[in-house]
Amino acid sequence: MADDFTAKLDNYLDGELCTVETKSVELHVRNCPACAADVLSRVHLRRAVQIAGRRYQPSAEFRARLQRQVAVRPGFSPARAWLTAASVIAVLLFAGMLANYIGHQRLERQHAFSEIADLHVSTLASTNPVDVVSTDRHTVKPWFQGKIPFTFNLPELSKSEFTLLGGRVVYLEQAPGAELIYQVRKHNISAFIFQDGAVNPAFRADSGPRRRLSFNAQSWSANGLRYFVIGDASAEDIQKLADLLKDAARS
Amino acid sequence: MEVADERLNASTFEELAMPLFDQLFNFAHWLTQNRSEAEDLVQETYVKALKGFSSFQPGTNFRAWIYRILRNTFLTSRTGLKATATVPLDTEDAPELPAGPDTPETIFIERSQQQLLQSAIGTLPLYFREVLLLCEVEEMSYQEIGEALTIPIGTVMSRLSRARKALREKLRQKLQGG
Repeated sequence: MADDFTAKLDNYLDGELCTVETKSVELHVRNCPACAADVLSRVHLRRAVQIAGRRYQPSAEFRARLQRQVAVRPGFSPARAWLTAASVIAVLLFAGMLANYIGHQRLERQHAFSEIADLHVSTLASTNPVDVVSTDRHTVKPWFQGKIPFTFNLPELSKSEFTLLGGRVVYLEQAPGAELIYQVRKHNISAFIFQDGAVNPAFRADSGPRRRLSFNAQSWSANGLRYFVIGDASAEDIQKLADLLKDAARS
Repeated sequence: MEVADERLNASTFEELAMPLFDQLFNFAHWLTQNRSEAEDLVQETYVKALKGFSSFQPGTNFRAWIYRILRNTFLTSRTGLKATATVPLDTEDAPELPAGPDTPETIFIERSQQQLLQSAIGTLPLYFREVLLLCEVEEMSYQEIGEALTIPIGTVMSRLSRARKALREKLRQKLQGG
């Protein structure tokens, strides 16, 4: 067995020879019993050292101590602090703007409600509350032809407690519309109808029965028209009239 | 174990370093031959590695890098300085001899005398012990060992060869009751 070849055996077992040399060693070992025995002996030693070498284990206490030392601790970072501050400011600004927007919207809706209530009150206070006096919807509806830029359906009231007193043309922020006066148990109720797109967005918010300044009111849109029903009647009566008007709009 | 990510942070360090904890402790114990000193050495290694982690080059071998820190830290310790003071390094090798069919080491292993084998490894000079352990126990390539010990591959090969020869000699002596 040549010395230089013997020296190669460890490199061979360490997997550090090139392909050509590896094949050469393998060929030789297959045909040389002495080298084969040598390889076997070296393999035994390597395995034994591998096992014997894994001798020491760290204690659990030391592991925990080191883990604590190495563990990521969120430290002070100027960039992170700036980012946090900027985020907080942005959130506060947004919240402020949102609160301002919501407040503004609410104010506008209150203003719109007040406008409708004013129209209703001024009608009732007028010596001539209606321009067309009739309990017949087939008289009142045609009267509006040519006076307002839209038309609408009125409900049949024969089976209800409501009575139609008449109607008049009104203006809401320069938009012409129809006001219909109904009566139920001596309470007068105004039903306003405008083109939905012609009125200020603040007037376009749908609402269920709502109460303000002792008036009950309701608003909705149908077929491109915006309806308002307002009066000092009960919320239930307001709702009933609204339902009648809605049914008529659908027919 | 190569790190390709350019962004190095403490979280990355923990992910890379903690899986090597057991191996590093074992290696440190073999170097220092003392549990308490091994703990100090590992702790100091982790502190230094974490502090210098920004200098670690992504794409290079993290295991070799942290072993190098541990070994350098050991070499500058009192125990390390003492261990290196008496060891002749990298002299010309005598021709390699075949191990033979009935070599002392095979007999040793057959008898399962692990303790004596560990004792033989422990009495090897430091530079033989470390190269042997990195190759056999840590299964590092010559390239990796060269990086960890900061020596050329040629030196790794010759030192490893002499370490194995020295280990066989130690085993022979122990078998003969020496």
